[in-house]
Amino acid sequence: MENYNLTHLRELEAEAIHIIREVVAEFENPVMLYSIGKDSSVMVRLAEKAFAPGKVPFPLMHIDSKWKFREMVEFRDSYAKKNNWDLIVEYNREGFEKGIGPFTHGSKVHTDVMKTQALLAALDKHQFDAAFGGARRDEEKSRAKERIFSFRDQFHQWDPKNQRPELWNIYNAKVQKGESIRVFPLSNWTELDIWQYIRLENIPIVPLYYAKERPIVEYNGALVLVDDERMPKELAAEATMRMVRFRTLGCYPLTGAVESEADTIEKIVEEMMTTTKSERTTRVIDFDQDGSMEQKKREGYF
Amino acid sequence: MTNEKLNIQQFLDADEKKDLLRILTAGSVDDGKSTLIGRLLYDSKLLYEDHLDALERDSKRVGHAGDDIDYALLLDGLKAEREQGITIDVAYRYFATNKRKFIIADTPGHEQYTRNMVTGASTANLAILLVDARKGVIAQTKRHTFIVSLLGIKHVVVAINKMDLVDFNEDVYNRIVEEYKTFSTGLNIPDIRFIPLSALKGDNVVDKSERMPWYTGKTVLDYLETVHVHSDRNFQDFRFPVQVVNRPDINFRGFAGTVASGVVRKGDKIMVMPSGKTSEVERIIGSNGEQDYAFPPQAITLTLKDEIDISRGEMIVHPDNTPRKERHFEANLVWMDESKMDLHTSFYIKHGTRVTKARIDKIIYRVNINTLEKNECEAFGLNEIGRAVITTAQPLFFDPYARNHQNGAFVLIDPITHFTCAVGMIIDKRDIDSLPSRITDMDRKKIHKGESLVKKTEREERYAQKGATLWITGLHGSGKNNLAYQLEKQLFDMGKTVVLLDGSTIRSGLSRELDHSPADRAEHLRRVAHIARILNDQGIITICSFISPLEDIRNQVGEIIGKERFHVIYMDADVEKGRKARPELYELAEQGKIEDLPGIDGVFEIPAKPDIVCQPEEDGENRKKVVEYLEEKEVI
Repeated sequence: MENYNLTHLRELEAEAIHIIREVVAEFENPVMLYSIGKDSSVMVRLAEKAFAPGKVPFPLMHIDSKWKFREMVEFRDSYAKKNNWDLIVEYNREGFEKGIGPFTHGSKVHTDVMKTQALLAALDKHQFDAAFGGARRDEEKSRAKERIFSFRDQFHQWDPKNQRPELWNIYNAKVQKGESIRVFPLSNWTELDIWQYIRLENIPIVPLYYAKERPIVEYNGALVLVDDERMPKELAAEATMRMVRFRTLGCYPLTGAVESEADTIEKIVEEMMTTTKSERTTRVIDFDQDGSMEQKKREGYF
Repeated sequence: MTNEKLNIQQFLDADEKKDLLRILTAGSVDDGKSTLIGRLLYDSKLLYEDHLDALERDSKRVGHAGDDIDYALLLDGLKAEREQGITIDVAYRYFATNKRKFIIADTPGHEQYTRNMVTGASTANLAILLVDARKGVIAQTKRHTFIVSLLGIKHVVVAINKMDLVDFNEDVYNRIVEEYKTFSTGLNIPDIRFIPLSALKGDNVVDKSERMPWYTGKTVLDYLETVHVHSDRNFQDFRFPVQVVNRPDINFRGFAGTVASGVVRKGDKIMVMPSGKTSEVERIIGSNGEQDYAFPPQAITLTLKDEIDISRGEMIVHPDNTPRKERHFEANLVWMDESKMDLHTSFYIKHGTRVTKARIDKIIYRVNINTLEKNECEAFGLNEIGRAVITTAQPLFFDPYARNHQNGAFVLIDPITHFTCAVGMIIDKRDIDSLPSRITDMDRKKIHKGESLVKKTEREERYAQKGATLWITGLHGSGKNNLAYQLEKQLFDMGKTVVLLDGSTIRSGLSRELDHSPADRAEHLRRVAHIARILNDQGIITICSFISPLEDIRNQVGEIIGKERFHVIYMDADVEKGRKARPELYELAEQGKIEDLPGIDGVFEIPAKPDIVCQPEEDGENRKKVVEYLEEKEVI
């Protein structure tokens, strides 16, 4: 007996694959922005599926702020190598040489120079006309109405008042020269869907998502991992081993850990859902904010 | 502790298997829509935790029913929009229960947001329409119902809200149900449910209301969790618009795309449109490797037994079940652009994975979306809806939207702004003889014309003639071309500068993509008229030999060229004479092998006031007549 039912995950998967293929068909030079986070990991897997058994016809690009967790960088390089991806890593050379970093310049300057400016320069440098991002509509309220094909003018700016209607699964891909689009194949996924899919498909993710004993200091009210020798010595000296995990991944001095025992996906989901309860009475559910993606968006670029 | 661990495993295993329901909600701020959605979101979140902690669920749910929960908090996307003055748009919200996952496309209800509602409706399985029990069926209810039926949503929940304000009165409910049924018959919505509720107090939203014992149906959530939408998809007609050709190396050539409708199995005989080439399905590669069959909306890659050239925009189907292949069709259009429709625009049309050019030939009517009355109209403005005839440059492979949503929908894209200016749902192909024919000519005032440094009088002196067009009309085989060629020779020998334009020359090049339908004939003749006009402007005489069967079109050609230099010559030959000259052509038409032959199954209107009438058999006489006429008019 043939069964023509699709589960919600398979339906979302099909939708995302359709979107990824549509971009490849209609754009000359697409790229997939890779944040090394869990959503990126899902998106990358969907791209692999879309073109199997062939190779994905576009590269991955990671904007390296030079302050990412070491485990992220290791994971990135080994994943790309193992899965035969063309990986582009870009960073802001000028900012790096000036020694810009969160400990010395604060998070705002660091984020602007090493992330946002680095991203825009990289997009211009490679002349990409379409860039995939792993953002989801359930992440924050302003995303709830952004299109899947989201247009950017020649200055990479998004105009929420001037969005194109998007109906059925027909995507208008016409752009003028110099304009580009950001594409969000995971728009309709929720955080739970992401975890479910990682579980179902056995998708590798950076081990930092799982709880483990790690050297932790308290810095600006957050639990920060002592990840390398660039942390001021007097701060690093305060480190104690604590059982923690990370709900988001980004620059290690700016990304706080949470105390947790969750060392499996099941436990993470369970933790996520119980946290929801306590948060609800005070504010809208604000699940995991996916590191670099999320911050760039707030700055108006994503 | 171990028990809890087991629970989360079970929860995840069950959650993974849930299906997805896409819901449209539309309404304005005060009809309780936000409250209803807020309550669904809120209560369903409880249901999540239910699974983990059954005891807590009960106490919480009871504890909150009727309480002052700030639902606006849950919907603060819209609130933020209002504060920031951003245009209210479609907002997507996500929630899940133990049985299903839901995506709500939440759209504002006012008339100026019709396009937003249409957008949300395009992907919805089900619509929730709110009716205020105190007000009953109002214009907004009708408008929303019409849009829902236009987009072909098969399930509607009419949520009769604020029952607490009418004392949970059954008569009020019954009256509204009757009212709604009366106006919605004929709108073709197969499944309509009426649910009396109080979103604020929680009656019949998640739990059954004890204050409305007379209502024996389902609660809103119960219905949303159980409504059967799966069979709404079309599993009959296999349509596979090729999205990407996947050719990583010489050993693999796959056609990737999303199954729009129908089911395909390994070994199926298939046909490619438009080439008509056939083959057999060799492999179906899905998201988890090879599979034996595929169905909508799966994204797959097909490989075929034979090496056939197939590109994006083509369609793979079963040879015994093919879609329409047409360039002319009738569709319901919704205008989405701030600027009004311009009938002279040549739009991009995107249907499935196929992109070509299209123009709007004619507006049949516009619907007043509040009263559902049909009115005549020249052009649609923002949020206006109606029926139109569309002609595309390349044929589309479509099904009527009512039968197949995925293969009957399209968008129109403005060629300059690239905005999605309209969306359409195909009704069906248009019979070739009922197609409108109209010369859609650009408004010439808009074009800044350069001024030649050569004066008209200088040209007339040089060529010893005035620019003029001799337009020879008549049936096939009436001797138009014969006269045209003879005339060209004679005028040339007289030292005149002449250019001859005839159907086969123009159709083999300039009008190559056009067929013989009335709409295309009009476009073909528009092009001819403009060539003649340019040549006449340069002082050259054109001889145009075209059947041009319609008086109206000939007049429009005359307007483009200029009345004073447009001279109609009618070859006065009836069908019998034509048949004698071109027997094979007329035979084919009578056998129905060719369509639209003027005089047989196409109209030919004899010119009312031709400048010259010629008889085909009077060869030399005709030429003389024309030359004398030209001298008399001081053309030569």
